[in-house]
Amino acid sequence: MSAFEIAGRAWESRLIVGTGGFRSLETMERALEASGTEIATVALRRVDPTAQGSVLDVVEQLGLFLLPNTAGCYTARDAVRTAQMAREALETDWVKLEVIGDDRTLFPDAVELLRAAEQLVADGFVVLPYTNDDPILARRLEEVGCAAVMPLGSPIGSGAGIRNPYNLQILIEHAGVPVILDAGVGSASDAALAMELGCDGVLLASSVARAKDPVAMAHAMRKAVEAGYEARQAGRIPRRLYAEASTPGDGISGH
Amino acid sequence: MRIELNGRAIDVGGGATVADAVAAAGAADRRGVAVAVEGEVVPQSQWDATALTEGQHVDVLHAVQGG
Repeated sequence: MSAFEIAGRAWESRLIVGTGGFRSLETMERALEASGTEIATVALRRVDPTAQGSVLDVVEQLGLFLLPNTAGCYTARDAVRTAQMAREALETDWVKLEVIGDDRTLFPDAVELLRAAEQLVADGFVVLPYTNDDPILARRLEEVGCAAVMPLGSPIGSGAGIRNPYNLQILIEHAGVPVILDAGVGSASDAALAMELGCDGVLLASSVARAKDPVAMAHAMRKAVEAGYEARQAGRIPRRLYAEASTPGDGISGH
Repeated sequence: MRIELNGRAIDVGGGATVADAVAAAGAADRRGVAVAVEGEVVPQSQWDATALTEGQHVDVLHAVQGG
């Protein structure tokens, strides 16, 4: 795979892995390693004095780039403040911007998302927004200065794959910034499809963290992203309704 | 003096600073921790010098596992 750039920074791996949902830090560490990712997301929460171990220690030991998110924020105001706190805590101006509309779907709130993105860009952040598979909203996010757009395939944690590949395709065709599929991946085929459709990368968490064997699934995802990318570069054959013989029809005995 | 620390009312001594609130919140060390007082981020360089006042809301956050 060739490297790709987000905000002028080159990445070898096109897979970004979330650190949420793992049964243990040890499993998380091995899965992150097996995924080959260079970027791991973390969330910010109130300090819990009883918490055991630190996700930061693991991520830093693996030498990964930390991407804080604003998960759990429902308003632009909360998301902006969370991003500012993440910048202070983790000394990064990169943020995975999440502003959700309700806790059942975890779908983005388009209005609040755009508002937050605009404010954070103005405040010097590199903003990677989790967004709907809406090409127009993606364009608006790009226009306000987001460094990438990260459309969902289906609801976070649903494992339902890419529900609207047509929208995603239109979004990708029009995007001038990297497009990273950011939710809904259930298994390796979903990650491969995202790349075949032309995504620049895939961000996933639950499909690995909650798999029966997270480390093996992380490795599968790594290969799926690579395979999907290579297939995209190779150029697939068009879909046809009828057969097209791959063996020549001439010279068959008895004719 | 009473403040609301991470959603819970607690007593801190008079003259308590943001640094005292961070310790009271149970943060093991300062690495990876951020503080907001009344929703405004207080940079780590100012924790020791920033005095708290009665009734203020203080949030002490750190990184946790998350997608």
